[in-house]
Amino acid sequence: MKDLVTSLRPALLLLALFTLITGVVYPVALTAAAQVVFPHQANGSMIRRGDQVVGSELVGQTFAEPGHFWGRPSAVGYDATTSGGTNRGVLHPDQATDVAARIEALRAADPGNVAPVPVDLVTASGSGLDPHISPAAAYYQAPRVARARGLAEADVRALVEAHVEGRTLGFLGEPRVNVLRLNLALDALAGARR
Amino acid sequence: MSGPGILQLVAYAVVLMALAYPLGGYMARVYSGEARIAGKVLGPVERLLYRIGGVKPDEEMGWRRYAVSMLVFSMFSVLVVYLLQRLQASLPGNPNDLPAVTPQVSWNTAISFASNTNWQAYGGESTMSHLVQMLALAVQNFLSAAVGMAVLVALVRGFVRKHSDTIGNFWVDLTRSTLYILIPLSIVVALVLVSQGVPQTDEGLRTATTIEATIVGDGDGAAVAEQGVAVGPVASQVAIKQLGTNGGGYYNVNSAHPLENPTPLSSFVQVLAILLIPAALCFTFGKMVRSQRQGVAFLVVMWLLFVPFTALTLWQEQAGSPVLDAAGVDQAVSALQAGGNMEGKEVRHGIAASALWANATTAASNGSVNSMHDSYTPLGGLSPMVLMGLGEIVFGGVGSGLYGLILFAIVAVFISGLMVGRTPEMLGKKIEAKEMKMASWGIIVPHLAMLVCVALACLTTEGVKSLANGGAHGFSEMLYAFLSQANNNGSAFAGLTASGTFYATAGGIAMWVGRYWIMIAVLAIAGSLARKKVIPPSAGTLPTDNATFVFMLTGTILLVGALSLLPALALGPIALHLQL
Repeated sequence: MKDLVTSLRPALLLLALFTLITGVVYPVALTAAAQVVFPHQANGSMIRRGDQVVGSELVGQTFAEPGHFWGRPSAVGYDATTSGGTNRGVLHPDQATDVAARIEALRAADPGNVAPVPVDLVTASGSGLDPHISPAAAYYQAPRVARARGLAEADVRALVEAHVEGRTLGFLGEPRVNVLRLNLALDALAGARR
Repeated sequence: MSGPGILQLVAYAVVLMALAYPLGGYMARVYSGEARIAGKVLGPVERLLYRIGGVKPDEEMGWRRYAVSMLVFSMFSVLVVYLLQRLQASLPGNPNDLPAVTPQVSWNTAISFASNTNWQAYGGESTMSHLVQMLALAVQNFLSAAVGMAVLVALVRGFVRKHSDTIGNFWVDLTRSTLYILIPLSIVVALVLVSQGVPQTDEGLRTATTIEATIVGDGDGAAVAEQGVAVGPVASQVAIKQLGTNGGGYYNVNSAHPLENPTPLSSFVQVLAILLIPAALCFTFGKMVRSQRQGVAFLVVMWLLFVPFTALTLWQEQAGSPVLDAAGVDQAVSALQAGGNMEGKEVRHGIAASALWANATTAASNGSVNSMHDSYTPLGGLSPMVLMGLGEIVFGGVGSGLYGLILFAIVAVFISGLMVGRTPEMLGKKIEAKEMKMASWGIIVPHLAMLVCVALACLTTEGVKSLANGGAHGFSEMLYAFLSQANNNGSAFAGLTASGTFYATAGGIAMWVGRYWIMIAVLAIAGSLARKKVIPPSAGTLPTDNATFVFMLTGTILLVGALSLLPALALGPIALHLQL
């Protein structure tokens, strides 16, 4: 009982003091430092085309026109005020149906293409905001995009190749293509040829 | 399995050990009050905190007073977090006018954050006001971690001291953990993360004009070309969420979110931060008990358990989903794609970095995720369940992992002693009935809490109605939820709706028992060990730092784990695997 009483003051006051230090001073000081040292990253890595902010280079957005490269299926429709995956298990009854429908849509947009569909193009990402697709998924879409844009397929493939980011330091993460950046470059290329 | 994938895992182990060793030495100096250089900078702040708080730093505590101080502090923490949530509608710092959080979710969240679990029964950014995030949740990320470290240090003193009635001063251990270890490391990690693209700003939302217009909502609106991007003070929270083995993310999907974890490098840094302090504390332990071999022996046990389970997940996830194979999807690994089961995973992380993370986060009682565990293959998701179910002792939570492992070591010493007819002892301290009783209680009770809660979940309407998947996988969702909470992990098979009365209330009880029951047992052992004399090693002493003991301890852990988990695992992931 005596132990209980003597512990009340330090418990309350240390809790209050650490609330101040870790809940206010720490985040505020870090925000100040981050805004000075890394202003672009600290504010969401937004990128522009001309003078218009077209998105964050780190956040995916919806692409559904045949003349753009498509990103991965999203459980939240690329609404970046929220985030989410499907949380479906391997045997979830809707999974096989949805994957079949996604393959169907890809084939319908590009009837001549009979190559097997890369897995990341028909499975939903964890965040619903994945900004990347695999290089395989980008090359898979090259014929469709080239036809829709009236570009040579070789030019489109060269554009993809230029946008493949390798593994960091040669072994961290996976090779990938940023869909927004690729489509911006594609728009620029198609505009220049027109 | 690809070459770079394996290289990633090897590099992880090497870098982790290279960082843990010096950090372990530094922490030993901090807790012994010998960190001179850091003391010059932080000493004045430390002394100011003691003066205002009325703490006499030289005053030693017996184990009971240490435990009471720890409990009173934790209960105030629970109370403050609870009240801030219940009152958030009438408090400032609530720009989105969020209503008060429901009583059951407030209760669950208060215990969750105070107990270092960070189970999130609430839906992402849409429930808690900025004030609650800052003053309640973020603060507990630091303090709950510091409490775990303090209890471990008290136990270490039990081994070091002889004929002593005291095991240190809780307020000093708490303050030093936060001030000298958690805050400086968080600042470094946070700045690295910002450099990779993790936001750190006062603003809440950025707006962009997208390239294509899309129809939003239910499809009845006009097409819009606008995307809102939620930002905020993310990096500061992510740094401590990993270092303190908390796991509660800023965004709903945690470190799978491209702004919470934007690059392979940010993922590598975060997954290092998850195991850094738990691994380093093994070296701290070795330094303080003057037997580096003993600390290393514990580390070897941890690696022995960690590597095979990680390998299992890696193999299963890379093999992919048979359902997708049947649909004609290309899941093969190549130079152009990671392949494998990509449902719920991000392209930049692929299979290797996701599998490593899933196992590191459940081995440590962290609970943050960079991919959705609910969508893993059955056996790929089995590993995280087992790592939690072994009691969060494979690295484990900061402090709590190592003291949990020491409970198992006490049991292993006792069993070995009985087998060869020698007096069980560890580091010169006789292990007697009292230590053995406390260790057994500490190990059994969280298992019991978990199993009873899962049984209740199966029997209640809400328990079954809240599932997102049917059949064996539905059972896995329940099992995962209570494995995670009773062992203070916090990750989830996130399809489960956890905000209902049953899950929130029962989960709160499981987290409470899983945290404080063990802590009291550990402190009682610390008090009892400190009082004993130190017996010099003799021909009759069974060493606790050699290969035989490592084997005994690993076996004890697996045996206890198998006895309590196997039946439940057979009904969940194993049954599902057989259905594939």
